[in-house]
Amino acid sequence: MNEPTTKPAPAVGASQWSDAWRRLRKNRAALVSAAVLVALAVVSVVQPMLSALPYDRADLALGPTPPSAAHWLGTDLYGRDLLSRLCFGGRVSLAVGLVSTGLSFVIGTSWGGIAGYFGGRVDQLMMRVVDVLYTFPLIIFVILVLAFFAHQDTVFYEAFVAVYGLVNERARDPGYLPLYRLFFVFFALGSVSWLTMARIVRGQVISLREQPFIEAARSIGVGHLGIVFGHLVPNALGPIIVYTALTIPEVMLVEAFLSFLGLGTEEPLSSWGLLVAGGAETLDIYPWLIAFPGLVLSLTLVSFNFLGDGLRDALDPRVRRDS
Amino acid sequence: MIRFVLRRLLSLVPTLLLAVTLVFFLVRLAPGGPFDQERSVPPEVLAALEAKYRLSDPVWVQYKDWLADLLLRGSLGPTFKYPNRTVNEIIALSLPVSIQLGLWAMLFALALGVPLGVVGAMRQNRWPDALATAIALVGLSVPRFVLAPLLIMLFGLTLYWLPVARFDSWRHMVLPVFCAALPMAAHVARLTRAGMLEVVRSDFVRTARAKGLSERSVVLRHALRGGLLPVVSYLGPGFSGLLVGSLVIEKIFDIPGMGRYFVEAFQNRDYNLIAGLSIVYGVLLMGSNALVDIAYAWLDPRVELGR
Repeated sequence: MNEPTTKPAPAVGASQWSDAWRRLRKNRAALVSAAVLVALAVVSVVQPMLSALPYDRADLALGPTPPSAAHWLGTDLYGRDLLSRLCFGGRVSLAVGLVSTGLSFVIGTSWGGIAGYFGGRVDQLMMRVVDVLYTFPLIIFVILVLAFFAHQDTVFYEAFVAVYGLVNERARDPGYLPLYRLFFVFFALGSVSWLTMARIVRGQVISLREQPFIEAARSIGVGHLGIVFGHLVPNALGPIIVYTALTIPEVMLVEAFLSFLGLGTEEPLSSWGLLVAGGAETLDIYPWLIAFPGLVLSLTLVSFNFLGDGLRDALDPRVRRDS
Repeated sequence: MIRFVLRRLLSLVPTLLLAVTLVFFLVRLAPGGPFDQERSVPPEVLAALEAKYRLSDPVWVQYKDWLADLLLRGSLGPTFKYPNRTVNEIIALSLPVSIQLGLWAMLFALALGVPLGVVGAMRQNRWPDALATAIALVGLSVPRFVLAPLLIMLFGLTLYWLPVARFDSWRHMVLPVFCAALPMAAHVARLTRAGMLEVVRSDFVRTARAKGLSERSVVLRHALRGGLLPVVSYLGPGFSGLLVGSLVIEKIFDIPGMGRYFVEAFQNRDYNLIAGLSIVYGVLLMGSNALVDIAYAWLDPRVELGR
């Protein structure tokens, strides 16, 4: 799809985006949130590379200690460094945000784009599926799938071993089972959170598909898929970005929720939900074990929601604040 | 109207049947069985256990028997891990507790969220609006399972005002209901604000103002009815959010509701209990969605009933 001649004129796009950027820049809450998120992400990625304390190194003789110079955020029941565990949990959350949201983005835009573009019967059938899935208790479905299929003797595990085996020869080692489970959570979450995205994209595509530039693309022989993914979806990018930004905290929250219940990420890996669950059991004696993970998780979700709101105000002209 | 209600309720049947079937097969096809954990069970005992619970039949026969039991006798079968208890008995014990928690939480969420949203809309872009919006955003973002331990720490273990576990009197219910309701209250507040902002600009509100009604009566008697429509359509998803949230709330506060059994049943691979509880959840969620649709049609004269 790299025929630059079929793309809309860059000047038009630039003015729309610079307009949005100008509005976003005036929204202080959104900017602060973005800065907080970038800082959290950088720390989560970099800290494990620099720190001498791996997230899973236990020191039973040390046990739980409050924050100190050696362990900035203290240690947990097994003497593991809380900061390292928190940063590893940050990586998990980041990965959920990227993988699950990415998956929901791909499924949602394809589903909605194809339904909206072809219309008629195809549209009716595809959106009927979305309607039915909407009334399904999907989280309960995710829990069911997780509880029963995130085990060794399934095709999913074989797929994991095959793919992970490409980078790690010992992929079948039982030590990597928690990692497999983590990937399973990512895909399970991604595959159920695309419904709203599909609805939004379909609505946009329907309003765009009769526009002259689509007719122009068709007249020079661009195929159906080329029109959907090369022209319609890119022109609906504003609402798609807004909704993607709002999906990220949603899937992060669900991952934390599942881990809290003991159904998501498993020890010895770490995730914010798992840390909160552990901290909740000893909150009267070791309060720092719940305070820091709870704070970081809440801060992240608040920031994403502020940023998402800011993006909506900036990008979605229908719901501008002062209409 | 009656035809619409009947049709909406009947449309639940195929979806429910589909869900029930899906749950049944998902559970059976999964590797590992309910009696795996007992170490070194003699094979005869295992065979006897499987025969007792009819696990040795072909899966189709199991499905037929199970569905017949469910449809003809309303029986969801025995549990595997709570001896001499049927799934129905466990549901009969735990469902009222969960319903009580859910309904109180829903009422509280509306009582908190609607006024917050109305204040935000009426004082748009001034400090009460900013405050209400910020409160709602925080309520939306702080997960229930972070909020609950913090409030337990504050009100239960520091101030000693409220008990922190079980569900026996109203004092036991304060913290769980509040924690369960807050995220929903935040959603309700945002939807109310948006809905009211749209309605207060419409002609009929201008008419109401023009004929000299007090601001109070314009807002409460005229604008609110239209402004609350988005909230009404959110009640279905909101209720399902409450049910899912009750999984963690019941765990944290040690409340003997369905959520706690649900999570335990997974750890035990208690097929019948998982299937039974999933079905009850499904019925509750889809039923509440249908109720919301009906309420919506009744409230909004623009909704066409016959399609």
